[in-house]
Amino acid sequence: MEAGDLGRVYKDGEVIVRQGEAGDCMYVIQAGKAEVLQEQNGRNMRLAVLEEKDFFGEMALFEREVRSATVRALAEVRILTVDKRAFLRRIQEDPTLAFRVVEQLCHRVRRLNEELARIKAGT
Amino acid sequence: MSFGLFSSSFKHCLLSRPDVNPSNLKLDNGSRVAVIGGGPAGSFFSYFLLDMAQRSGIDVQVDIYEPRDFSHAAPQGCNMCGGIISESLVQLLAVEGINLPATVVQRGIDSYMLHMSVGSVRIGTPLHEKRIAAVHRGAGPRDIKEVKWKSLDGYLQWLASDKGAHLVCDRVDHFDWKDGRPQIKTRGGLVQEYDLLAVAVGVNSGLLKIFRDSVSGYEPPRVTKTYICEYHLGQETIEKYMGSSMHVFLLSIPRLEFAAIIPKGDYVTVCLLGDDIDGPLIKSFLESPEVRRCFPPDLPLDPPSCHCLPHINVTGATQPFADRIVFIGDSGVTRLYKDGIGAAYRTAKAAASTAIFQGISAENFRQYYWPACERIAIDNRIGKIIFAYTGVMQKLRHDLRGILRMVSKEQMKDGCNPRMSMALWDLFTGSAPYREVLLRMLNPVFVGRFIWNVVVGSLPIKRGRRP
Repeated sequence: MEAGDLGRVYKDGEVIVRQGEAGDCMYVIQAGKAEVLQEQNGRNMRLAVLEEKDFFGEMALFEREVRSATVRALAEVRILTVDKRAFLRRIQEDPTLAFRVVEQLCHRVRRLNEELARIKAGT
Repeated sequence: MSFGLFSSSFKHCLLSRPDVNPSNLKLDNGSRVAVIGGGPAGSFFSYFLLDMAQRSGIDVQVDIYEPRDFSHAAPQGCNMCGGIISESLVQLLAVEGINLPATVVQRGIDSYMLHMSVGSVRIGTPLHEKRIAAVHRGAGPRDIKEVKWKSLDGYLQWLASDKGAHLVCDRVDHFDWKDGRPQIKTRGGLVQEYDLLAVAVGVNSGLLKIFRDSVSGYEPPRVTKTYICEYHLGQETIEKYMGSSMHVFLLSIPRLEFAAIIPKGDYVTVCLLGDDIDGPLIKSFLESPEVRRCFPPDLPLDPPSCHCLPHINVTGATQPFADRIVFIGDSGVTRLYKDGIGAAYRTAKAAASTAIFQGISAENFRQYYWPACERIAIDNRIGKIIFAYTGVMQKLRHDLRGILRMVSKEQMKDGCNPRMSMALWDLFTGSAPYREVLLRMLNPVFVGRFIWNVVVGSLPIKRGRRP
């Protein structure tokens, strides 16, 4: 890690968040890639690959649910943690901070819709 | 110039124009916005104004007036600042999609060393993560030989330009009203009228006097002098003596409120905050054994590579807005002693969202922008109480021993609630509002533990009991 790098480095294959665990922070990728995995019937299914500036773990900030998926480092990845309390307090003062979160959630819904349409078309 | 006649002439201009109703002023397609000052406040304002305008489908033109070129070393390219981006701002920028690059961040800070007359202790973050960024606002100190890192202010200007802002490299030295709109004139002779003017100059700018005389109700912030200097140590020496720790000092030196040494790339920055910092105060700080221990023994601390005595705010501005004008960053309201760049982000964003979603009249700014400033101003009053208390505490060795003992114990026990460590972390790094720090300090468990540590820490040390 360079002196000027912010965040923390996770090595290849290292788990950053684990499905089913409680979480009180979200994460923003500073450099590198991470994969989102969901365990279904004992098998890990890859749902997405996240890149620089993508964030994850935001669902745990808005819902009182456990982590819905596991996120694992793909090669070396550098990640910055965003504290739940500071983030929610700031959103309350400045609702426009949620623009990017909403934008990314919209992209995910759009991608899921496309995926669903493809699955339905195939059946 | 019509400064003295401002109130009556401006109202006259507004009332004489049928299309201008002060309560109905807003930005539309083709509106022109001028931003005076291309530091963090000006660049953040331009960036977020353009971002929100694009999201709302409004096409506005933004011109940033900044005479300095931040790719130059001090004094031409400097903005006279300690150069710390707080933990909270680093996180918020990441959420905004702005990841500060290692080409700008010279060192990520993950801990700090607290130095007191009774001893020193290292305080690390519970997450063991680098979330504070040490930067240079310009290209670096006066004697820099090779520019290895980019300037923060230059990087933020680039972000604003990338969003569509137009950078004008000229100094604004005259302001007036023309048909109810702000008109500016530059040293280079350019005369322009705008729909909205965002003033983002620092408190060291002479332009604020012009605005005080011409904008009804606006009174610039009150200031005090601070001292900032840089020492060239080289990367290896900094790594050996400081690592990724910021060094903060609670020393019993009269008029000194707070002091810090911030390690960067090849340089370290020394910042002294207090009541009218002067030569004798600087000398007694640099000669104190706690400070000398942070530097190589053979390094002469006088003269430094670069130094300045800039003004910093001790109060906010009075009424930092009017119809079609808003004052952001230091020229409006900023945080007391800490996190000035964070305050620039907050005020700039509050002003930009008001201008896009609410309007640009004084009433709009009063209703939607002023609460953001007021929150900071109220928090600063609490900050003054805390700093007054720490000032008294610096002279009380029993209290200092209690702090040292409590923090040392917290740092040794993994998993315990590090109440004192985190309160000091947030106080010194500016990562949380002062109100939150005070509430944590008033927590009965915190008070109880502190009193216990003061009592135990003051007991005479019994030696030779153990075999």
